[in-house]
Amino acid sequence: MMRLRRSHLICCAASKEKMAAHLSYGRVNLNILREAARKELREFLDKCAGSKAIVWDEYLTGPFGLIAQYSLLKEHEVEKMFTLKNGRLPPADVKNIIFFVRPRLELMDIIADNITSEDRRHSSRDFHILFVPRRSMLCEQRLKEQGVLASFINIDEYILDLIPYDGDLLSMEYESAFRECYLENDQTSLYHTAKGLMTLQALYGTIPQIYGKGECARLVANMMLRMKREFAGSQNQILPVFDTLLLLDRNVDLLTPLATQLTYEGLIDEIYGISNGYVKLPPEKFAQKKQGEGSKDLPTEPKKLQLNSAEELYAEIRDKNFNAVGAALSKKAKIISAAFEERHNAKTVGEIKQFVSQLPHMQAARSSLANHTSIAELIKDITTSEAFFDNLTVEQEFMTGVDTDKVNTYIEDCIAQKDPLIKILRLVCMQSVCNNGLKHKVMDYYKREILQTYGYEHILTLNNLEKAGLLKPQTGSRNNYPTIRKTLKLWMEDANEQNPNDISYVYSGYSPLSIRLTQILARPGWRSIEEVLKMLPGPHFEERQQLPSGLHKKRQQGENRTTLVFFLGGVTYAEIAALRFLSQVEDSGMEYVIATTKLINGTTWIKSLMDRPESPTQ
Amino acid sequence: MIKSKVDEEDYWHSSKFKAFTFDDEDDELSRLKESRQAVNNIRRLVEEDDDEDDVERVSWSGEPVGSISWSVKETAASSQRADREPAFPKISTDTPSISRSQSGYSLSSLFKGKPKVGNFQTFSDALTDSSVRLYAPELRKPKSEYKDYVSDWSPEETVQRLQQGKAVSLERFRTLQDKLLLLDHAIAAHDGNVITAVLIYLKRTLCKEVLFRELESRQTALRHFIHYLSETQNQRLLLELHRALGKAEDAALLQYKEHLSITDENKRRDFLKNCLSLPFSAEDLAHVQDHYTLLERQIIIEVTDRQAECGGKVEIFQKFPRKALILNMPLITTLYYCCFYHYAEPEGTFSSPLNIRQTFKISEKQYFVTALAARAKLKAWLDVDALFASRNWLGFTRKKSPLSFQRVVDILQKNSAPTHVLQDYVALVDDGELRLTLAQKHKCHDIVISTYRDMKDRQLLLGYRGKVVRGSAEERKIDDLLSNPQIRWKN
Repeated sequence: MMRLRRSHLICCAASKEKMAAHLSYGRVNLNILREAARKELREFLDKCAGSKAIVWDEYLTGPFGLIAQYSLLKEHEVEKMFTLKNGRLPPADVKNIIFFVRPRLELMDIIADNITSEDRRHSSRDFHILFVPRRSMLCEQRLKEQGVLASFINIDEYILDLIPYDGDLLSMEYESAFRECYLENDQTSLYHTAKGLMTLQALYGTIPQIYGKGECARLVANMMLRMKREFAGSQNQILPVFDTLLLLDRNVDLLTPLATQLTYEGLIDEIYGISNGYVKLPPEKFAQKKQGEGSKDLPTEPKKLQLNSAEELYAEIRDKNFNAVGAALSKKAKIISAAFEERHNAKTVGEIKQFVSQLPHMQAARSSLANHTSIAELIKDITTSEAFFDNLTVEQEFMTGVDTDKVNTYIEDCIAQKDPLIKILRLVCMQSVCNNGLKHKVMDYYKREILQTYGYEHILTLNNLEKAGLLKPQTGSRNNYPTIRKTLKLWMEDANEQNPNDISYVYSGYSPLSIRLTQILARPGWRSIEEVLKMLPGPHFEERQQLPSGLHKKRQQGENRTTLVFFLGGVTYAEIAALRFLSQVEDSGMEYVIATTKLINGTTWIKSLMDRPESPTQ
Repeated sequence: MIKSKVDEEDYWHSSKFKAFTFDDEDDELSRLKESRQAVNNIRRLVEEDDDEDDVERVSWSGEPVGSISWSVKETAASSQRADREPAFPKISTDTPSISRSQSGYSLSSLFKGKPKVGNFQTFSDALTDSSVRLYAPELRKPKSEYKDYVSDWSPEETVQRLQQGKAVSLERFRTLQDKLLLLDHAIAAHDGNVITAVLIYLKRTLCKEVLFRELESRQTALRHFIHYLSETQNQRLLLELHRALGKAEDAALLQYKEHLSITDENKRRDFLKNCLSLPFSAEDLAHVQDHYTLLERQIIIEVTDRQAECGGKVEIFQKFPRKALILNMPLITTLYYCCFYHYAEPEGTFSSPLNIRQTFKISEKQYFVTALAARAKLKAWLDVDALFASRNWLGFTRKKSPLSFQRVVDILQKNSAPTHVLQDYVALVDDGELRLTLAQKHKCHDIVISTYRDMKDRQLLLGYRGKVVRGSAEERKIDDLLSNPQIRWKN
C-alpha cells in the first residue's frame, strides 16, 4: 500500500545523506527542494571566508536539521556552534562569527549584548547575521538603535520557506502564522507562502490550476498571480509536476484541529508532541537492560526519536487508526521472528553468508519494532484511561450535535478539577464551533468559571479566541453546522478502523471537513456543494495559469493526477493521514502532496492564540 | 484510577458511541504483548552486536550523532576544554564528502538570476530528471533591478527594492500624496516587512492625527502599525491610536494587559483600580472589577496570615505551614486556601469562605467542590458531613449534594479518606450497578455484601468471600448470610 515498498534502511545507513533518502520516494521528488536549500546555505557560508562559529537561535536548529547535518557546515569551515544567549560569546579562535536568527526584536537585543560585551582583543573577528527566513527592517532598526549595526560585515537572509518534511509533506514551520493572519491580521506569513509557492513552481513547473477557499487563500493566489506577472516575458519551461494547487484557510475548518486525533502519529503528537520530526518520550520503556548490567543507570533524560517514512515500519503504521496498530505490530513481530529463526536453516556457507548479509537490516527492523511497541504501550495506557474516554465521548457528542446548546457537565467537572486550561478551551471552542456560537448564558457561565478558576488575566486569551472565531456568541442566524455535517457527511456511524473505506477512520467517526472539501473537489467537483461552501467563511475561487504550448501533459491512461494541498494556518497529522488514505484508494486517480505553514494539533494551536500561556499564577 | 473490568465493560457498552472502542479488548492487548515478547526474544539473540550495527548512531537524547542540535551541544561543550581541541577539526577521509557539484541549484540563484550554467549541467545530470532541464526562467530578475544607480525610484520600484533588502531612501516622498501612494504600493505587495518600513517613515514624518486618519481607511497597514507599536512597546501611542479609531475596548484590554508586568502587589492593585475607569465592555468590566477586589483581599489576608504564622499562636499554621503566598492566585485557589485556614470564620471577615462566595458569586457547585476538597484534606470529616446536611420539613436530616455522589466519593478518595467515611457516600450513589462498582473499588465490603444479599446472588457472595480478610467481621457476615435458611437464593 505505502509507497515505500522496498526497504532502504541499509542503503540509508551506508550513505551520509541518510536523512534525505525518504524525500525522493514520493510522487514528487522533494529532494530537489532540499538540495536547493543546501546549495544556498553553502553559498552563504562561503561568502564568509575563513573559519567560522555559528551562534544559533535555538528554535532554528530544528528546521535546519531537516535541511543539513553538521558535516555540511564543517566542510565549510564551521568549527564551533553555540546557542544564542545574553552575555559574552564563548571563546572561539575563528575569523567569523555568524548569527543564525529569526527576525525577532528580542533576539536582536541579545545579539547587541553579545557584541557590546565582546572583548576588544578579539576585534579581528568579523560578524555576520543570517536572517531566517527573511530580513527585517524592524530588526535592523533595533540593531541600529543599540549601536551595533555597523559591526556587521554581512546581513543576509536565508529563504527557508518550505522545508521538505517527508516524501509528500512540506512545512514552513511558521508557528505564529494562524495567530498573525486571523488575530493580528498580519499577512507576512501569506507573503512567505506565496514566495514559497513561487520557488516550488520554479523547481517543479507552473501549476496550471489553482483552487481555493477562504480569505487568506484568495490573498495568496492574488500574490502568486501578481508575482508571476512581474516576471512576465520569460516562461517556465519545466513540465508541470503538479496538476492542481488547492489553497485552504484553516478558519474554513476550525473544528478538525480541536478534535483528538486517533491515528498513531496523531496520538503521538497529541500526547508527546512531535517537533521538527522528533518526539521526546519518557525513557523508562526504552531502557535496554544488557546482561551483567544492573538497572542502576536508568536514563532520566527523555528518549528522543526521529519519526519519518525512512523507517519502514513507521511508514506502515503511522496513518493507521491506533486501534489497528496492535495487530500490525504483532504481524510484523512474527515476520521478524521468523526471519531470525532462519539462521537455524542456514547450513551451507552460502546460506550463512546470505543470512549475515541481511542481519543489519533485520536488526534495524528489530529495533524499530522495539521502539514502536514501546510507544504503542505508552499510548495505550492513555487511550484506555477513563479520562481519555470521557473526553472523547464529549467531543463526539459535540461533533454529532448532541446538547451543544447547554452547559456541559463534563466541562464543568473538568474546570472544578482544575484540568489543564488548554483542555478546557479546546472543548469549549469545539462546542461553540459545533453550535455555530454559544448562547449568551452558556458563554457567560463558561467564561466566569474559567476566569475564577484559572485567573482573571485570561480575559485576554478569551478575547483572542473570540476574535479568531473559535469562541463566539450566538447571533440571530440559525445553527448551520447540522446542514454542513449532513451535506459533507462529516459523521460516519460505522467507521471501520481496521480496514478503512473512508477518511472518517482517522477520528473514529468524524471526517475532517478540510479533507472532505479536498475529496469533493477531485470528484464530483465543488459545484455540487455550492450551498455549503457559502456557509463556510471566505470566498471560493478557481484560477488558471497559462502554460506555454508544448508543456501540456499528455496523460498516460490510468496515470494519476497530482494535487498540492496547502493548509494556511496549519494542518494536523490526522488530516495528513486522511489525504494519504485518499492517495492510496485504488480508483481515486489523485495523489496528494501536502504543504502547510505549520504542523499543529489542538493544543499547540490554542496555545499559539493565548496571551502569556505561562502566566505566573499557573 | 484503575477501573474494574465490570466498570469498563459498562462504559464501552453503555455509550451510544461505539467508535474507538476496543471491540476485542483482550485481543488487542495480547497483540501488543505478542510484539513485546517477540522484541524481547530477539534481543536476547542478538545482544552482543547490538549497537554497533544500528541504522544510525544516536546519542541517548536521540539526536542522531552529527545532527545540528547535537553538534551545537558538542562543539559548545568542547570549547570549554580548548586544550583538547585542535585548531581545525580534521575531516576524516573515510567519510565520503558530499559532492558539491551535485546541487548547483540554489534558491538564491533562482531569484538573483546568477548564471550558473556549468553547475546546472551537473545538477540535471545528477538528478537524471529530464523535467528539470531548464531552471526557473520565470523568476529571472525583473527589469527594475538594472537601474541600480538611478535614485528617483517610483513608489513601485521603491517597494521592490525594499523587498529585496536594498538600500533606498524614502526621503524623496515628501508630499502626503506621495507618501500615501508609497504606502498603498507597500500594502499591495503584502510584505509586512516593507509595510512596516514605510510606516516607520510615515510615523516620523506625519503628525499623529493625519497618520491615524489615513490608517483608518487602510486596515492592513493599520494592523501592521498596531503590531509594530506593541512590539516596540510604544504603549502610549497605541492607546491614542485605539482611542482615535474608536476602538475603546481594545485599548482598555491592552492597558489592562500591562498589569502582568507589575510585580509589586500594591502597585498592581492600584493599577487595576485605575483600570476600572477604562471603557471595557460591561461584561469585561465586571471581571476586571472582580480581579481588583480579589487582589485587594489577597493583600489583606496575606498580611494577617503572615503575622499569625510568625506569631506561632495559631495552631493550623503550625500544623500545616503555608507553602506559597496567596497573592495573585486565582479565585478558586483563594477560596480553597480560605476553606483550609479560615473555615469557621464569621461571614463578616474578608477571609471567610462564605463571604468570598457571596462577593464573587461563586456557583454552588464550585463552592461545594472546593470546600469539600479542603476539609477532606484536613480530614475534618465532621465538616464534610455537615456540608451535605439538609433538613426536610419533618426535621429529618438527609444528605444532599449538588454533585453526583460518585464525584463526591472521587474527591474524598483523592484526599485519602478512610473506608468508613467513603462507605457513607458510596451508599448514597443512586445507580445500583455504579454503587456496587464503587464499593468494590474502595473496599466498602458491607455495601457489596448487602447488595449481593439483596440480589439473592449466592454465587457472587461466595466469590466475594475470597476477597475479604480471613477471620474478619466481613467474612463472618458472609458466612451468616450463606447459612441463613430464610434467604431464597436465586442460584
